Parts: sequence; C-alpha cells; structure tokens
Amino acid sequence: MPKLNMVKALNLALFQEMERDGDVLVLGEDVGVDGGVFRVTDDLQRKFGSQRVIDSPLAEAAIIGTAVGMALYGLKPVCEIQFSGFAFQCFHQIENHCARYRARSQGRFHVPMVIRMPYGGGVRALEHHSESEEQFYAHIPGLKMVIPSGPRNARALLAAAIRDPDPVIFFEAKALYHAAKEEVPDESEILPLGRAQVVREGKALTLIAYGAMVRVALEAAEVLQAEDGVETTVIDLLTIAPLDRDTLVSSVKQTGRAVVVHEAPRSFGPGAEIAASIMDGAFLSLEAPVRRVTAYDVPFVGFAREKANVPDVSRVVAAARDTLAF
Amino acid sequence: MPRIALEPRFQVEHLSVLDSEGNLDTALEPKLSADELKSLYRAMVLGRRLDERMVRLQRQGRIGTFAPIKGQEASQMGTAFTLRRADWMVPSFREIAAMIWRGWPIEKLLLFYAGHVEGGRPADDQHDLPITIPVSTQLPHAVGLAYAAQYRGDDVVVMAYFGDGATSEGDFHEAMNFAGVWHVPVVFVCQNNQWAISVPLKKQTHSRTIAQKALAYGLPGVQVDGNDVLAVYAAAREAVDRARAGDGPTLIESVTYRLGFHTTADDPSKYRSEEEVTMWEKKDPLTRFRAYLEQRNLLESDIESRVDEEIAAAVQRFEATPPADPLTMFDHAYAELPPDLEAQRAEMAEREAAGPPRVGEPTPLPPRATPMRGQRLTRR
Ligand SMILES: Cc1ncc(C[n+]2csc(CCOP(=O)(O)OP(=O)(O)O)c2C)c(N)n1
Ligand SMILES: [Mg+2]
Repeated sequence: MPKLNMVKALNLALFQEMERDGDVLVLGEDVGVDGGVFRVTDDLQRKFGSQRVIDSPLAEAAIIGTAVGMALYGLKPVCEIQFSGFAFQCFHQIENHCARYRARSQGRFHVPMVIRMPYGGGVRALEHHSESEEQFYAHIPGLKMVIPSGPRNARALLAAAIRDPDPVIFFEAKALYHAAKEEVPDESEILPLGRAQVVREGKALTLIAYGAMVRVALEAAEVLQAEDGVETTVIDLLTIAPLDRDTLVSSVKQTGRAVVVHEAPRSFGPGAEIAASIMDGAFLSLEAPVRRVTAYDVPFVGFAREKANVPDVSRVVAAARDTLAF
Repeated sequence: MPRIALEPRFQVEHLSVLDSEGNLDTALEPKLSADELKSLYRAMVLGRRLDERMVRLQRQGRIGTFAPIKGQEASQMGTAFTLRRADWMVPSFREIAAMIWRGWPIEKLLLFYAGHVEGGRPADDQHDLPITIPVSTQLPHAVGLAYAAQYRGDDVVVMAYFGDGATSEGDFHEAMNFAGVWHVPVVFVCQNNQWAISVPLKKQTHSRTIAQKALAYGLPGVQVDGNDVLAVYAAAREAVDRARAGDGPTLIESVTYRLGFHTTADDPSKYRSEEEVTMWEKKDPLTRFRAYLEQRNLLESDIESRVDEEIAAAVQRFEATPPADPLTMFDHAYAELPPDLEAQRAEMAEREAAGPPRVGEPTPLPPRATPMRGQRLTRR
C-alpha cells in the first residue's frame, strides 16, 4: 500500500470517484490549472478536462448555487470553497437551498453534492484562513457534516460523501494536509457517514475529538497514561452531523467521565451538543460534568496568539485531570 | 409589437499619458508640482523596495503570508495621491504602497503580517479601514461610509480598492448598484492585474472591459493604463473631483499586472508563462515614471538608499516588538467583557501564570471526591 499524506489521499478519492461515475465533477476557484491552492485537485483537470474540473469565476454564491442546479439535474458536483472563512459568501445557498430542496420538493428533488473546505489553524495564517466554523453547518437540518482526521479516513469518507444522496459539508483540517503519511489502499475504500470510531480504549475517561484535535486527544491520552496511570478512551467523531450518539453514550456509560475537544469557539459549539447527548443517554453513569476544551469565544486572534487560543495537549490533560478529580 | 432600438449613449475611455519610454501626451499631462511628482515617485519606490524586503522577511519566517504589490505601484499611488487626509481609504489586501502613503507605519503592517492583530488598528485620526481579506466584502462598507459622509454634510470622498477577480462577487455588484442609486461620493478602484490567483481575466468575465460594468449601474466607468502613474492620477483626479462636487460615484479600471506571485504561498509557474511576465516587465510603472522624471530633471539620485534606510529602521522597530500577550485577545471582543468571557479570560490567566506544562513528572491522582447529591457511587 502506498503511503500518502492527506492531500494526496483526498486527490485519490476524487480521482477514483470521477473515474467511477461520469456525473461527478469538480467546481471551484483555482481547482483546475492550479490544482487547488492546497493541491487537493491537482492533475484532475488534465485527466478529466475542463468541462468536469471547472475553474470558476471568483464567486462562492454562484459556485454553490450553480452546483445546486447541477445536482437537481442529476449531476454530483464536488465544490471547493478555498477556505471555510469564505463560505459565508455562499451560506444562503447552503442553508436556503442545498439543505432544503429534498424537503421543499417533498422528495421529488435531492441535492447530492459535496462542499469541501479547508478549515482550522496551525498554519500561521491571516484572518479567515484559520477559523473553525463546523458548528454553523452541523446546526442546519438537511446537511451532513464530515471531518476526517487522517489520510486514510479522509479518502474513505470523501468517497462516501460523494456517493451520499444528500448534501455533505466536508471539512479538511489544514494542519493535517501534510502532517503525516498513512498507508492508503489502492482499491477504493468507503467509511459509512454518521459513525464515530473508538481509536483508543480505556476505562477511566472518554476524550471526544475530531479533525486535527484527534491527534491532540491521543497525545493527551498518552500523557495521562504515562504520568497518571490513567487509561483513556478516545473517540474520533469523523461525522459531526448526524452525530453518532450511540458510540458516545456507550463509551461514557463505561467511563463515567468525558472531555470534548474542538477548535471552534466554545459557546453553542459541537461540544455543547455532545455534552447534552451524553446527559441524555448516560446521565446516571456520569461521575463528573462533561468538560469542554475549545477555543475561546473571541474573534480572530492572529497567529501570534493562536497557540494560546486553540486547545493543546496540556489543556486537554488539565481538563481530564479536573474531570477525574471531580 | 415592434422592436424599438434603445440608443444607450455609453462609452468607455481608455486613458494613457506616458508611453513605455516615458514620453508624454502633453494634452493629458496632469498639473502636478515638482515636489508632488517627487513624492509620488518616492512613494512608489518605497512600495517596491518594501515589497522586496517583505518577501525576504517572509522567506526567513519573520512574517507570514502576504500579497506582494510588485508592478501595481502606479495603480495604487496614482489613485491614493488624489485623496485628502479627511477622505476615506478602503483597502483590500494588496495596497501596501497606498496604505503607507495614507499614514500606516511600516512596522504596523509588518506586525499585521506577523500575526499580531495590533497591526490592524488604524491611528485615531486616520480615516482608513483595516485590510479586508474576504474578496469584495469591503465595497458595501465604502458605499455606507460615503452615504454617512453625505448625510452628515461632510466634505469627504471614499476610495475603495479591489481586484479584477473581485468583480465576480455579488458584493461588488450590490455596492455599485447602491452607489448609483444613492449617488454617493465613492470612487471604486479596480486594480485589474490580469489574474485572480491562477484564473486569468478572460475566465473571470466575458465583458470586454471591467470599466463597462459601471455603465449598467448608471455610473461612469473609465479604463486607464495602470502602469502609467500620470494617467492613473488623471483618471482618479477626475473621479475624486466629481465625487467631491456631488456628482456621484465612478469606477476606475486600472489595467496593470501582478509581476510577483499571488501571495508568498503561491507558485505562478503552475499557471502562467515567463514570456507573459517578461512582456509586462517592459511596462514596469517605475521605469516609465523614472524616465519621465529624468527628462524633467526631477530625479533624486539617492532615493533608493534613503527609502531603504527608512525600511530598515521600521524593520528594527518591528523586531523590537515584545511577544504577543495572549490575554489581550479578550480586549476587543466587546465594548465591555461579558461575565462569560471574564471567566474564560480568568481561566487563561491562571494557565499562563502556572507556566509551561510539566512533562514527565508523574502526578498522583487526586483523591476521589464524594459524589454529588443524587449521584450513584462509582462502579469502579
Ligand atoms: C470571498 C473570498 N473568496 C476567496 C478568497 C481567496 N482569495 C484571496 S485573493 C483571491 C483572488 C483575488 O483576485 P483579485 O480580486 O483579482 O485580486 P488580486 O489578488 O489579483 O489582487 C482569492 C480567490 C478570498 N480572500 N475571499
Ligand atoms: Mg487580480
């Protein structure tokens, strides 16, 4: 099996899905000749032509709006929004239309499209290039919201998202694009949407994370084991919405304690929904309140202060210790 | 029903004053004093030299990603030069030369690109908005500023900058439309540098010019040789005077070229040819203006070294900036910090005070607390 970074793994998924299904096309700013500013769509235009890999004019609303039209007609557009910070320019198309056509037309139409966006920090970026905005999409009924945590699951989830009959928002952590290589099988691989994965098992505590924060949670689990002798379960959500509540609940029923980690600001973020779900399903097993380790509720802080804002291992460990000591 | 031909009386002019050798069309030569011409040139040279210095700073990791202006000095300075201090300047993200002319200290811009949000704060007496990164989104703000100035009866003109790619965004069209309907004192400056990252103008719009887009909104649009600072100045002078006189908005399309990369994270060899760049290098706005100044005997020989000294001093001040205090990230979220955020700030303060996290030193587990009322005892 070749070892690929996340950029190459996503590129492989796009390539294979486009080969498999002539209705899949790619649309976005700089996705063709340039291969995307992060090179995720590299070489696709050369292989599939400019009718299927479209360098659009600079207009997010029209990228998503025209893709909705294409999807209504039966195509399967995979749109790229260059950075998640620029998706507000198409938010109305996503919320008003993408998410609603199935319901509005009472099942006559559906919108089988994918919207890929790089999100998150860790790349010394300017404003709008390092924020995490998954909460906006996770909150919209009718959308699915997926965030992979590494090359292999990124490839398998993107393929699943493209095949999904409903619109999927697909966030790619910029910090992970080149972070690590993983073995990714040549033959196509699918991971079902809506399922979390237990990536480490332990009895004392459940850490819940997704995207770039999974690594942070895993490192924190190592520290807790090495320094405190505490065995920690780590859950990688993979899909934010619809949330895999069963996996969360059954883990917390065993551990009694949970800490949620995300890069998005705290208030009204995914952590709140996760905590509520745990309350609903595992209230009597809880030994401590569910803690959240998140960015603070402040606007863009600049990369000179980013480390202090985005959760890191020491903050997760500290929250875990608090939870264990409760 | 017959087809009746409407006869729209629209025209789009292209303005140029200097040819590539610095020769002049005297009929169009703007009235600028020797001192004005000298400071115009100096500002352009400063823009160029700072740009080069910033690329090096970025390569050394001392600042982060930024958008170079190389090739667009005339386009920026010819327009910004027409503004008074009380006028408003609304930048996008590729106007460093114009921003410095407007009074932004160099070290502040460096700070901005080094990820310090302090770099985004204009001086208290400065009528300038900070850099806006989401393409075109600043244009409605410019129209709003102009409306407010008009409402207050202030003698103020607003100048807003954006690129060719920006004309594809809805915000551009909505801003132009509002400006036309409200008839406000705003000048839209489109720096058409032929590229929006990897997308060439011909894939951006099917219009023959960008200037003509103004006509659909009922405002004058003019195209100008953006590498000819005198032509840019002449067009901007006209537009600013018109706005100041209460005769409404104008769109200026300044035809120029981005000689460098889109940003320091970009690789233009993926999408454009060396020949194209070489062709535009021959039209370098600095060379052309320099030739003109030489002919008029206005060229100061030590200008480059004086500009370099100014930059070096600013870089030193920038490097002397103390490390960012993380706690200040709460300072400007609201006028008054809500209790919720007070608590978050306190949490961070406690963490900062505790110092860096300890490593490798085993922590005894704290004794298990007595359960909350109603909580069942642990199974473990
Ligand atoms: C709304 C939005 N979408 C995408 C981007 C990413 N982006 C930054 S600059 C740019 C191209 C801008 O082209 P143009 O308007 O011609 O300005 P130039 O960069 O050439 O000065 C793009 C796509 C952005 N900043 N904002
Ligand atoms: Mg451009």
